[in-house]
Amino acid sequence: MTELTTFDKALLNLLQGHLPVCSRPFAQLAVQLGTDEQTVLTRLKWLKQEGYLRRIGTFFNSARLGYEGTLVALQVDGAHISSVAEAVNRYPGATHNYEREGEYNLWFTLLTADPVQERRILREVRALPGVHGMMNLKSRKKYKINVQFQLR
Amino acid sequence: MKHSGSEVSELDKNVIRALQGEFPLVEEPYKELASRAGVSEEVFLARVREMTQQKMIRKMGAVLRHREVGFSSNVLCAWEVEPERLDEVARSMAASASVSHCYDRNVAPGWPYNLYTMIHAHSRAECEQIAEQLGRENHVAHRVMLYSKKEWKKTSMQYFQEP
Repeated sequence: MTELTTFDKALLNLLQGHLPVCSRPFAQLAVQLGTDEQTVLTRLKWLKQEGYLRRIGTFFNSARLGYEGTLVALQVDGAHISSVAEAVNRYPGATHNYEREGEYNLWFTLLTADPVQERRILREVRALPGVHGMMNLKSRKKYKINVQFQLR
Repeated sequence: MKHSGSEVSELDKNVIRALQGEFPLVEEPYKELASRAGVSEEVFLARVREMTQQKMIRKMGAVLRHREVGFSSNVLCAWEVEPERLDEVARSMAASASVSHCYDRNVAPGWPYNLYTMIHAHSRAECEQIAEQLGRENHVAHRVMLYSKKEWKKTSMQYFQEP
């Protein structure tokens, strides 16, 4: 993997926290970084292409948009793990789905537009072959949601 | 029951649908997004600013692929905290630079863990050390380390897609 330059790190540190909301956001970032708009755009395309950047964009507060979120943990027998994981993946509201170590071995986050839809999906998942247990782990309070990595 | 998303206007839904895709890496990205939403750039920018103030937008910015930028190891660590100390412990753990996410969650039969932290580090050993230290500092003896074995899906939610 190619090393990130000092400029790349400064650009990523800045952009992680704040994408300007104005007509020429990359020109504004360029001013802050002491360079020009084209350099910022070219470098961002490269960082994206090389896989350093997962996504540039908007992150919404799902609750404010009227969506319900939860974390679901499943006990799945080894032989069925792929089929269950794939079935879970087919729900658009299942945004993160990980196989994990431990007795509960498949964990996914689920966003739905209403509780009825959530109950229906959980019922369907619980009934999948190989699923022996399920926990619906609701959060009341999110103390931190901040995937930022300070690059040095 | 109130219909979900009832406070989200049709204009906002169009703005959200335009914003939730890839952000265009062009000189005037909002102009392009505004045309997708069927409004002028001016209206679009104004709505984005208002939606940020209203906390419908949590953040505009970049998310890195943490493995590629050197944080090769992470773990979802679930803690068993006495309910009366949950808020205090959650705040304290959330303040750690190694913790990216910190949520409380309900318990379940046979599952006493009520606080979840996502810990990022450079190795599994370092994840263990950080968890050990968080537990010690906050006087929480019981935890479970839920290391991932396989990422089956990691996507951003596409809101307001259903008919």
